[in-house]
Amino acid sequence: MAKRIDVSDLNIYYGSFLAVADVSMTIEPRTVTALIGPSGCGKSTFLRTLNRMHEVIPGARAEGKVVMDGVDMYASDVDPVAVRRHVGMVFQRPNPFPTMSIAENVLAGVRLNNKRISKGDAQDLVERSLQGANLWNEVKDRLDRPGSGLSGGQQQRLCIARAIAVRPQVLLMDEPCSALDPISTLAIEDLIAELKNDYTIVIVTHNMQQAARVSDRTGFFNIAGTGKPGRLIEIDDTTTIFSSPHEQATEDYISGRFG
Amino acid sequence: MSLTPTRRPEGAEPSLTPAESMTHGRASLANRAFARLSTASGVTILALLAAVTVFLVIEALPAVTTSPAELAERISWFPETGGILGYVGPLVFGTLLAALIALLIGTPLAIGIALFISHYAPRRLAQGLGYLVDLLAAIPSVVYGLWGSLVLAPRIVPVQDLLAQYLGWFPLFDGPAAQPARTVFTVGVVLAVMILPIITAVCREVFLQTPRLHEEAALALGATRLEVIRTAVLPFARSGIISAAMLGLGRALGETMAVLMILSPGFAYSFALLQAGQHQTIAANIANQFPEANTAGVSTLIATGLVLFVITLAVNMLARWVVSRRADFSGAN
Repeated sequence: MAKRIDVSDLNIYYGSFLAVADVSMTIEPRTVTALIGPSGCGKSTFLRTLNRMHEVIPGARAEGKVVMDGVDMYASDVDPVAVRRHVGMVFQRPNPFPTMSIAENVLAGVRLNNKRISKGDAQDLVERSLQGANLWNEVKDRLDRPGSGLSGGQQQRLCIARAIAVRPQVLLMDEPCSALDPISTLAIEDLIAELKNDYTIVIVTHNMQQAARVSDRTGFFNIAGTGKPGRLIEIDDTTTIFSSPHEQATEDYISGRFG
Repeated sequence: MSLTPTRRPEGAEPSLTPAESMTHGRASLANRAFARLSTASGVTILALLAAVTVFLVIEALPAVTTSPAELAERISWFPETGGILGYVGPLVFGTLLAALIALLIGTPLAIGIALFISHYAPRRLAQGLGYLVDLLAAIPSVVYGLWGSLVLAPRIVPVQDLLAQYLGWFPLFDGPAAQPARTVFTVGVVLAVMILPIITAVCREVFLQTPRLHEEAALALGATRLEVIRTAVLPFARSGIISAAMLGLGRALGETMAVLMILSPGFAYSFALLQAGQHQTIAANIANQFPEANTAGVSTLIATGLVLFVITLAVNMLARWVVSRRADFSGAN
């Protein structure tokens, strides 16, 4: 069910301000693509255009093509709500619904999609999703407790369980570990390696070691200066990017000479 | 309200040695003064509440201790049988009934308006609309009373007739509907309008405070706008909505002038909303009888006021209990 995404000539705007210019890339199915770059370079903005979450900000829009499995997600007859049902997202800060129990959180997406689900199926799905997110053993005895009572790392894995419960084709992660301690980060990174077998994953990270550890391909975004749009400088196999990048800017960034 | 900490520019501190500035700086004086001031404000509210309670209890005592027969003899409008409880009972019933109708009509409407302002309307329209709703609160209750009795009561007659005709089998809408509609139904409608601003304002603020993160979590799962409201906004706002409704209920319970001017009073335990001369509220009754009451009458009226006070307190405590029951699941942690 993992899908390939082709982005071509994508320009992203906030009102009249061009935030990200001219991005083209191909994201292969069942791979992890990491997006790295300095703050404000537009990598998160770009990520949010992949499930049309970008446009929930007033005035924000994108021009260009994002084709998933032959369908242009920005075609006029495409419903952004439907896009988001196929492209799941995990955010920077864990955001389980505070008014729902752990089990309800996992089922939130399924309930939204207006599917009637029997009690047994629901229990199976909760168990399967939580196991998929490596969280089952830690929470199986307290599925009816609020999700907000878990630790930050557990909450983030709960959010991943919630995202994969609807069986998306692509999973977007926006700095999923930036609010977590190293142990929880490790748990998430292990999880990403497992999820890769079933999903296409795009992850934005500030942490270059993390990009090197988890990803197959790495894209480097950069910005020429304040007020200028962010651009994709290069994207290549992770090993290439971290050993012999083609662009000088990439080399400077990953060797810590700036940013 | 600004949350930016005020930072003193460097060098603005008068030249004190470190030891001096650590013990008796000007800041610590201001700090202590403010602490006292806010403590004093807190104590004032307690003292006021105590003063009102003591006043009510002392003034109501004669009515409670005097025998019902004597009260009936001295007060022209006091019932021959039933005593003080028999007198206050129908009033409590009427008060709760009118407030409940107001709440049932007002709360859903207020939530709808608040959601429209916070999540649907374009920003400029939302601001204007919010301002208009606040303006409703600025209308004096006597004006609502005039409007209710002169404009609404004659014009609501067809609605009442319709209800009586088609839902008359249901005790609440038992006919014939009064004409003009000086009924508890009309009162409920006017009270609903009166409590609309406070409920809307509180709900709007609560809805706007829904964490962006939770709304985005719902959106990213493929939620429509309605589903975002259902999964992220309303659960987060639940306790706020209850608080808002209770604030509105408090206002509806105590509303005097509008009720007095619209309602044709009566002292029955009647669920017939569309009939006149069946109900009266505590507050309107006090205002109605007070000018011509003798000593015993005033004491009796104050006793009914004490009951209203207790009801309002109970309603508020109930609301707090409802809110705290699911504190674990609130957005606060």
